Amino acid sequence: MHQTKVKVAEDALDANTTIANANRSDFDRNGVACVNLMSAPGAGKTTLLERTLELRGERRIGVLEGDVQGSMDADRLSVHHIPVIQINTDSGFGGECHLDANMVRSALPDMPLDEIDLLVVENVGNLVCPAEFRIGEDAKAMICSVTEGEDKPLKYPLMFRSCELVVINKIDLLPHLDFDVDRLVANIDQVNPEARVLLLSARTGEGVAEFAEWLFGVADREHASVSVGEHVHSH
Amino acid sequence: MHELSVSSAIVDTVLRHAEGRQVTVVHLKVGRLRQVVPDSLEFYFGIVSRDTLCEGARLEQQLINGLMRCRACAGEWDPAPPITEHSLDPSSMLPQFRCPACGEAGAEIIAGDELQVESIDVDTPEQDPSPGEGPRHPVGAGSTNGPSPSHTHSHPREET
Repeated sequence: MHQTKVKVAEDALDANTTIANANRSDFDRNGVACVNLMSAPGAGKTTLLERTLELRGERRIGVLEGDVQGSMDADRLSVHHIPVIQINTDSGFGGECHLDANMVRSALPDMPLDEIDLLVVENVGNLVCPAEFRIGEDAKAMICSVTEGEDKPLKYPLMFRSCELVVINKIDLLPHLDFDVDRLVANIDQVNPEARVLLLSARTGEGVAEFAEWLFGVADREHASVSVGEHVHSH
Repeated sequence: MHELSVSSAIVDTVLRHAEGRQVTVVHLKVGRLRQVVPDSLEFYFGIVSRDTLCEGARLEQQLINGLMRCRACAGEWDPAPPITEHSLDPSSMLPQFRCPACGEAGAEIIAGDELQVESIDVDTPEQDPSPGEGPRHPVGAGSTNGPSPSHTHSHPREET
């Protein structure tokens, strides 16, 4: 036996990116925009989606629900009479803590892409790993709630940097908390100065219309870019 | 937990290139903007590589400093927080992604987001001896080294 050096020069996440690109092609071919929605557990992803779905009008929206176990979130959303697919990640190493491109791909045969314009992927609640794995999305957004602390951009800059929109949720609780919103916004600005920041309360509905406008706007801009033949996405 | 996911991706990548050969060293470039903790990555790599051709392989991590370039003024800077006296103000520990020269927001990453498997060292059997050559000695000096134990420490090298 002797040692041989084998040149690899490959990003460790290339395999995931390849599958993410295949997902993206399927979305584009069906005229579907995809948004990857991430947050820590309990930040309010499902509640915000519920409130947003009430504003959808004629828009055709599908949801992929990522959770380690259970279908509680999918059950909550399915009453809105939209296609909802639950992905459970617990077949992995003790339960994968994120969705990767392949998990999303495995769920696509059950999602009627030709019947929707917008696919929202509610990722597994986690501020770390979901930031690393592309799934073929057109945009990433995250929710950060005011019960989590102003220092979260400091602790999870990778997540905050990966998103074009940061939602600050549960602002109805501010009168009861020692929470400095300006400080959180300043911290977000320092790690991701290009991010748009929205303050809202999914519970009271304050600010939800602005989130819905952004979310539906992603679909509109993707459809516009596809209709003029621009299939190149800069991400 | 992040390092567990990343380790799995590294092992998958390496195995695709190992083509059935035992891997002894994995040479990896890790950008500091990836927030990977080298010791933690090494720990999880040892676990994830068990029962694969990567088991026992040494992980050589080359850390790459971050470098940003401002789209407005073309100024370049390392977003890592400056190592100054111990400060209790957490914002002073934040990486700086807004251009320190002109204050603009738009910047591209020039370096520091690498998570790249550069190369791997693999055990390769000797070629079959051509007829007429002496008997093959597969176990010669220097070839008895099995894979290094998985707990071997490889200290990340700093790039200057």
